[in-house]
Parts: sequence; structure tokens; C-alpha cells
Amino acid sequence: MDKITEELERKRKKAIEGGGEKRLAAQHAKGKLSARERIHVLADKDSFEEYDMFVEHRSKDFGMDKNIIPGDGVVTGHCKINGRSVFVFSQDFTVYGGSLSETHAEKICKILDQAIKLGCPIIGLNDSGGARIQEGVASLGGYAEVFQRNVLASGVIPQISVIMGPCAGGAVYSPAITDFIFMVKDSSYMFVTGPDVVKTVTHEDVSAEELGGSNSHTKKSGVVDLSFENDVLALEETRRLLDFLPLSNKDKPPIKKIIDPVSRKSGNLDTLIPDNSNIPYDMKELVLSIIDEEDFFEIQTDYAKNIIVGFGRIGGETIGIVANQPMVLAGCLDIDSSRKAARFIRFCDCFNIPIITFVDVPGFLPGTSQEHNGIIAHGAKLLYAYAEATVPKVTVITRKAYGGAYDVMASKHLRGDVNYAWPTAEIAVMGSKGAVEIIYRGSSEKEIIKKSKEYQKKFSNPFIAASRGYLDDLIRPNNTRYRIYRSLDLLKTKKLSNPAKKHGNIPL
Amino acid sequence: MFKKILIANRGEIACRIAKTCKKMGITTVGIYSDADARAKHLEFMDDVVHVGLSESVHSYLNIDKIIAIAKTHKVDAVHPGYGFLSENAKFASSLIKEGITFIGPPVKAIQTMGDKIESKKVARAAGVNVIPGGEQAIINLSAARREAKRIGYPIMIKASAGGGGKGMRVAKNEKDLESGLKSAKNEAKQAFGDDKVFIEKFIINPRHIEIQILGDLNGNMIYLGERECSIQRRHQKIIEECPSPLVDESMRKKMGEQALMLAKAVNYSSAGTVEFVATSDKSFYFLEMNTRLQVEHPVTELVLDLDLVEQMIKIAAKQRLSIKQSCINLNGWAIEARIYAEDPLHGFMPSTGRINSFLSPVIEKNNEIKIRLDSGVHEGSEVSMYYDPMMAKLVTHGKNRENARKNLSNALDLFVLDGISTNISFLNNVLNNKVFISGNINTSFIDQEYKSAFLGNEVNNEVKLIVAIASVCLKAIEVKRQMYVGEKNNGKFYATLEEKGFLFKYSLIDSNDNNDHKLVLEYKKDKFDVKIKLIFNSSLIKLILNNKCYYIQYKKVIGGYKVKHGGYDGFVSINSPYEYNLKKGIPKKVTSDTDRTLLSPMPGRVVKILIKKGQKIKIGEGLIILDAMKMENIIKAEKDSEVSEIFIKENDAVFVDQELMSFI
Repeated sequence: MDKITEELERKRKKAIEGGGEKRLAAQHAKGKLSARERIHVLADKDSFEEYDMFVEHRSKDFGMDKNIIPGDGVVTGHCKINGRSVFVFSQDFTVYGGSLSETHAEKICKILDQAIKLGCPIIGLNDSGGARIQEGVASLGGYAEVFQRNVLASGVIPQISVIMGPCAGGAVYSPAITDFIFMVKDSSYMFVTGPDVVKTVTHEDVSAEELGGSNSHTKKSGVVDLSFENDVLALEETRRLLDFLPLSNKDKPPIKKIIDPVSRKSGNLDTLIPDNSNIPYDMKELVLSIIDEEDFFEIQTDYAKNIIVGFGRIGGETIGIVANQPMVLAGCLDIDSSRKAARFIRFCDCFNIPIITFVDVPGFLPGTSQEHNGIIAHGAKLLYAYAEATVPKVTVITRKAYGGAYDVMASKHLRGDVNYAWPTAEIAVMGSKGAVEIIYRGSSEKEIIKKSKEYQKKFSNPFIAASRGYLDDLIRPNNTRYRIYRSLDLLKTKKLSNPAKKHGNIPL
Repeated sequence: MFKKILIANRGEIACRIAKTCKKMGITTVGIYSDADARAKHLEFMDDVVHVGLSESVHSYLNIDKIIAIAKTHKVDAVHPGYGFLSENAKFASSLIKEGITFIGPPVKAIQTMGDKIESKKVARAAGVNVIPGGEQAIINLSAARREAKRIGYPIMIKASAGGGGKGMRVAKNEKDLESGLKSAKNEAKQAFGDDKVFIEKFIINPRHIEIQILGDLNGNMIYLGERECSIQRRHQKIIEECPSPLVDESMRKKMGEQALMLAKAVNYSSAGTVEFVATSDKSFYFLEMNTRLQVEHPVTELVLDLDLVEQMIKIAAKQRLSIKQSCINLNGWAIEARIYAEDPLHGFMPSTGRINSFLSPVIEKNNEIKIRLDSGVHEGSEVSMYYDPMMAKLVTHGKNRENARKNLSNALDLFVLDGISTNISFLNNVLNNKVFISGNINTSFIDQEYKSAFLGNEVNNEVKLIVAIASVCLKAIEVKRQMYVGEKNNGKFYATLEEKGFLFKYSLIDSNDNNDHKLVLEYKKDKFDVKIKLIFNSSLIKLILNNKCYYIQYKKVIGGYKVKHGGYDGFVSINSPYEYNLKKGIPKKVTSDTDRTLLSPMPGRVVKILIKKGQKIKIGEGLIILDAMKMENIIKAEKDSEVSEIFIKENDAVFVDQELMSFI
């Protein structure tokens, strides 16, 4: 018995040591924490319970049989975040460069299976050089096993990936399937093919940072949702995001104790909309004013800034917010913003999070680049996502709701449950000048100006839409928070399901 | 008495004048430009009239238009406030020609005192102490050199028509003289439409002390004590007080009598201010006379319990001055802080935009503490680039200087103004500065105490401790609320301010639904019993420690809080000891990509590009002159580098964060 305990302690020590002191120092020198340090920052104090510490790889080739470190380059297990259980895996770059072997994959699959079965979120901390090349196809098989489980878990439990080091080749597709991807600035990158291959194949000279650094992915590709200055902040914000989410699709989002009264008025909103409807304003002020304590978890802050998406709370309960941002591209819809919002809406719908939409949209962005790159299909994604969603949907039109974009943005016609407008709302097919130029084609300039004033007078208000019942009520801006709260309270009993089907065919 | 007055101004002063009119039962007419269509001052007027485009030349400086409005609205008199047309003799005389009273001094007095060269001659003749120089306008560089040599360096170049620090430059030697002359002339032309400048001896480390006077149309004249306005940034007053810590009864009498001698020499009437520079040995020299109501007049009003605007109106309506010199007794102390839309943490760049949150610090009527807020903005106001960036003045009174200072510091802690950057923290920092507290101040105070920049951390240990305690309490409350399963009421946190970590042990004893919390904190051997209240929607906390009450403003940000209190304005990182130690091990990152491009810090117009593509530049070197808020702002290099690309050309209008140039 003593001997076994001794052996156990020896193995445990070796597993915890990982790749050894030198490699750990190198990891720290790069500004990166170790796999276990990361888990301890992420988890509530003393709550982490590790699985499979003694798993060893089965590879015998290329001298691997003499190089065995228990744990095999990934730390897995479960922990609590603010008292709620989650599963977590954290790749250890000090052990074989965090590379993924058959057994490394098995460890991840085991907790993914558990997480799906128990209805707990999974958080992956990625820091891996890629496939364990010594193992060849066994490693590839491992990747696919993980992908398959990520797909099955999708829409069942929230999946969050934090890229905290390299993530290249096939490895990128596991995070890609998960719901949210965070990155650490300067110490992580993500790409399907690295700079060396790019150079050989296309003769393009590009650095890893430029090709797949956090800047590229948060601003240009939109693959990554948010990036953070260092490991600690990335993990702290992962905890914060989790606080908005339910544990699974069978669960409700957690309710936070209210300290911000739901009836609080926001006087600032009464002056938010400028007199001239061509002058932009910051939609974020509206978002921050109506949610609890200005506590907004924005997703994809730096990508497609013409639409704002993120989580907040009203009366302590999580809501998903989608809002056009007039400060950027006049708040119009384009390919990027449609994709961004559509994915967010579908996440909310999966996880029982009501969707609040703030509309100020002049239409879709015109131009060949948009048309040739498929704005028709991408715009349809947003339409599809809104139309398909069965969670409570509350919409507030603050100013412009023009043309097809009016339809798309959670209109009454797409099963909006409660549709409000501010007195400043203008619901029309298009702006008055454009409309009159079509109706009175060939008229003199003077005539057009006169007629467009007429058109404006007729449509630059919410009354026609309200008279048709497309709007449920016109509300005072300062009371928006309370009105949304009351609607959500009412909609708690909402039951709606779509026709039975295997799944719809969203225009991907 | 007048029945109807036109207030030919905007902002806080228009509001302030309207208040007095209302008190006196006089109907008011206000004017507004395009940019001011929703301005606060309109709410105080009985009638409002659109005056023109946003640029002041087309609106608040448009004499013909304003006089036309005065005529159509049949006003009896016009109050010009300060700035704009307040010292414009043509405006005053045109009004008089139309039979409308100008509420201010006689035209001749405006003319004489408005010309700074002329005014000195008059002062000299009247027997007032005068600074050497300033006797003639400077036509060109060689004339400037001759005059500077005669007086002796250092010298000051000043716009003849100027005021408010615009068109002023100091030259320490001949080299400075050339560039100083050029920019002073440019700025003078821009601001006043007149590039006439003069040169005078520059007195090192002077104090700025001025005498308020009041005279009626019958030749009765009194002086109303002094104001010290030595706290200036770029020759612009930011903190003023009455009385001055330097002035004693005999100096006051001497200064007052000299002021009246000058005023009498020009047959002055209405309110006016004679400005002096003074040195620590209590000698003083005449600087200039302002023939209008001064921005800082409220400090005099609080100390004398008097309404200067009311006096001006009564005098203009031919009433006799009812106050005798012998009745002027200074009661207590008053200090004023000018709230500007600017960013002190980033080189005091002007800031524009929407004020989305505005909470007056005048919260409760308290007879012991007099707080007065004269504001031209409120929640929802838009601060545009067209006008002076001063938004409001906060003034407090106390039985002595220390009392007034503490009251003002507390009031600034309570003053919530969000959406744009303000100098509130900076003002508070100045108020808590040791030298300021000592009263031994001079006009170089800011340069001496803040060198080139305000960092937000120049505070004493007590302020730092309060900031740290407040941050730990906020985090402790947050952690408790975040626990969805289980409870967490105690623990340890590091509060890190400016890279220094303070380790606190805390336990949260009690919390109620009113957002009142009780905590016990331990730092080293000290124990703190803290009561804290979160005041919602204003990001404000009230913290009670040792029976003393502190107000702290905060914003939750990633990794901690942004905290403002007592002149501290910065980020406080809050970490568990485990995280703190890990973070300490993370090496510092080298400069990021953003340093390779220069972004416009504000909206404005490019006046001049000072460098060329490919040019090597040194840290601190001027790159671009931007005209914004009527000021020429020099954008300087933040590091040694080389210019690789310039994206703008002269006269371009630029917006905030627009890329101006890139470096190699």
C-alpha cells in the first residue's frame, strides 16, 4: 500500500511539473501563465477537480516511449464559477508543445461528453502547437472526435474558447464551432495555414501576428469575439461572460440580485436623438442607460461596428441586445453586420435569452462589393435568425426604420412580441428625397424638394405604422427601461415552437 | 427701470444674467446660433431668437443682426455678458444710436481701455504703477527686436485687442521672439480679427490680482475688494478666489485707490475690473482694465453678498449707486473653479460631444456651506467646437480660505459630468496641492507643480488610501452579488494604484436593499470600519470612515475600476493575492502598433503642418497645428521617429481619431 501511495505521489508530482521548470520559465517569459495557473484564475478558489491526471500517451515511435509525462499535455476537469459548475480543459504548452495526441483528445472528449450529459458549460483554454506529428493519423482522428462533440454540444451547452497561445491547422476548427472565442493580445494566434506555408504557396510574406493575431481576427475576419491584454484579464472576463449565461438549453439564465431599480428613468434619452435626422448619435448610450448598472458585455466590439450586440440585464435577468449604431456607416446593414447579429440572435434563441432590438437603420449598404460578395444571402441570415427565434422579442424603433431593413430588424411581421417606437421614429420605404425622386421621376428640382417635404411630413413619424398595429405603443424615451422590463415580465410565460423538422436550411 | 433686456451672449453667463433679470421683473430676450438650438440658456429666456450660423462671426459677433433683433423686439437695453461683443465699442455706440441702452461702461472708456497701449498711457498719466513697455504697437520683427532689447528679456508679446490668454506669447530670447511674434499675430487675427500686438516686460512668477470696481453715471465710484486669479493654464484663469492670500488691508486700500484713479480718468461707469500683477513683496503694477463683467465675478458676490449684474442694470437705468465704500466688508472666503471641456490626462486637448450625464453637486440646501453652480450646460447638452470650452463655474464659500477650499474640493467630488472629458479632477488636484493650500501661489503654479502634464496620481497618501478602500469595497460587494450558489463575504484583495499594490483583508458585515453596506477592512495593522452607499445611475459612492464622509466617482472597467476622488483620476486594479502575484510575473509589453500612427485628438481644422514626409522628428517636437475651440493646439511627437506618411493637408477639417500621419 505504501508503495502504491508513493508511486501515486511521484506520478502526481510529475504530472503537475509538466514540461519542467525550464519550459515553464519560457512560458512565463512570453507573458503566458501555465495551464494550471490559468485554471486557478478561472475557477472559484479551491473548486477545481482534475480528471485523468495519470493518462499517458500510447505512442512508441520516434522515441516517444521514453518521453512520457502523465497528463499528456492537457489538464481537464471541472470547477465552479461563482458557485456554478463548468467543465474546463487547459492545454499545457510545456508538455510536447501542447500538441494533441489520441489520448490528449480522449481527455477532452471525456469532459465534453460529461458536460453535454450534465448540462454544464465547457470552457477550453487553447495553447497548442497542433497535431502530435509523431502519432500521425491517430492525432487527426482525435481532432475529429473533438469536432464531432463540439457540434453535438452546440446549442445544448454554452461553449467558450480562449486562445492563449498558438492554435493552428485543424486545431482552429474546435474553437470555430464553439459559441465564443476570446484571444490574448500579442501572445496568441490562429490560422489554418501558417506564414511558412503561405510563403511557399502564394509567395506572400506575412507575420504570424498579421496573419492570425488578435488584431486581425477581432477587426478584420470577425472570427474572434474579443481580445484582452493578458491571460488574467481574458480569464476574468470569461468568468464575467459566464455570469450572463444559463448552464444549458434546459436552464434559465441566472438571476442577479437587483440593486438598480427597474423603474429608474433615463432623462438623458429624451435628448439623445438630434433634431436633424442626418446627424448620428451614439446608440451605446441608449444600451447602457436601459440595462442594470451599465453592465454590458459587448460581443465583437471591434468588428462590424455598425451593429452592437451583447448581453446585459434588466431586473437582474439576462437579455441579448441587438442595436444599429448610427455612428458607424449610418447604422446600415451590410454583410459583416448581418452575420454578426444573426449568429448572436441564434445563440440567444438556443439558450432562452430574450432579444431586445433597438432600430435605427437607413437600409442595406449599396454597392458592387456588397452585392458581389452576397449581401442577399448574408442579409437573409439575419432575417432568418430573427424569424426563427422563439424567445421573447421586444423591439424599440428609435429613429429610422427604412425599407427591407425595417422588416428584418425584429419587426412585428417577424413575430416580434412587443414592438415599441419613440416619437422620433420614421418608418418608411426609404428616405423622403429618394422616394419622391421615384414617384415624381422627371420633375423639377423645386418640385422634388416640395414633394419630399410632403413625403417627409407623412412618413417621418410613427403614426402610420402605429395605426396599422405594426407598433404596439409609442413610448417616452426616458421610460424605455421600465417598459421593456414590463414586457419581459409579461413574456415570461411565452410558449412558441416552430413546425417540427430536422433543422431548417439557413442560407449559409 | 427697463422692461425688456436682450442678452447678447450664450452659455452660463447668459443663464446667470437672465436669472437676475427675472428676479428684477425684467423680461428677457435670448439669442442662439444653429449649434445652440437646444442650448441651456434658452430655457431661462422669456423669448428666444435665432441669430445665425454656428460660427460666432455669423452669430454672437454679428452686430447688425443683433441690433436688428433688439429693435424688432423693442428691448430697452442689451447686456453683453463677457467675451463676444462685451468690449466692442462699435457695438455699444451702434446700440446707443438706436436709442437702446448698452449695459456697460461709456463707449469712450471701452475704447481707451480696450487698446492696451492707450490704456497704459492713461494709467501712467493717472499715477498708477505700470509695467515697463507696451507703449507702442509692434509693426514688424525688427521693431519687435528693438523694443525687446530696450525693455530687456524676458518679454511678453500680447494681442492688443486680446483677452482670455489668446494671442499671448513669452519670449526668453531673440530666437523665441520671431516664432512667438508670428503665432501671437496669427492667433490674434483669428480670435479678434485684429493682429495688432505689443511687447512688455515679462515679470517672472507674478501673482495676478485684480480689483472689482463699480461706478454710477453720477461719478460715484467704489472698489469691491480684490480677486486673486494666479492659477492659470496657458494664461487662462482656472481657479480664482476672493480675497487674495497675499493682500492685506493696506495693500487692498492702495490697489483700490489706484483702480479708482484710473477709472475716474476715463469717466468710468458700470462694473469694471482693473487687473494688476503683484509680487510677493506686495508691489503691484497695472496690467489692463476689463470694461465688462468678469467670468470670476461670483467670488466677489459671495464674499460681499451682492449681485453685480443687478448693480450693472440699475446703474445703466440711471440709478444712483446705493453702496458706500465704507460699507464694503469682506466676509469669509470664496473660491471658484472653472469647468472646461478638455482632457487634462491627454495634454488638455479640447473635448467635444454630448454630455450624457450631469449631476449638480448642489444637492441640498445647507445654510452653512454655500455652493453655487453657474452652468451653461445640462444633461443632453452638446459641447461644440465653435465656442469657448468653459461649461460651468463652481463656487464655494467658507468662513476662511481652508474652509472654502475643502467645500470646493468636496463639491468637485460630487460633480458628475460624463460623456466628454472635463478638467474636474485636475481642478480638484490643484485644490489639494500643498503649494496651493499654503496660498503662496503665482501664475507659473501649474507649470511648476505639474511640469508638462497632469497624470491623475499627484495626490497624498490619505487620498490614495480612500481610493483603495473604496475600490476594495466595490469589489467585495460585487463578489457577493455574483455568487449564484453559495455565499462569499470575506477575503483578501490587492488594490493596485499606479503599480503599487495594497493588500486588504475584508469582511462584508451587512448589506441591505437600499445599497447600504457595512464592511471591515484591514490594511497592515490598521483596521477600518467602513459604511458605503452606492448612489445609482450616477456612478457615485458615499463612503463613511471615522465619521468623515467622502464621495467617490467610479466606473467599472475590465480588471478593476476607474476612480475619481480628491484629485486622483486613474485606474485601480483589483486582484486576489493569487492573481496579483501571477500578474507581477507577466513581463511588460513593448510598444504596440498604434504608436506608429498619429490620430487627431480632437475635431478641428489643420492650420499648419510643421514637418515634411521623411523628416526625422524628436520627442516633443511640434508636428501639426490644429485649430479647435478657437485655440491653436500644437500636436507634438510622443517619441523620436521618422515621418513616413502625411494623410492630411493644411486647411483640412479633421475629426477625432482621424489618422493624421504615420511614422516608421
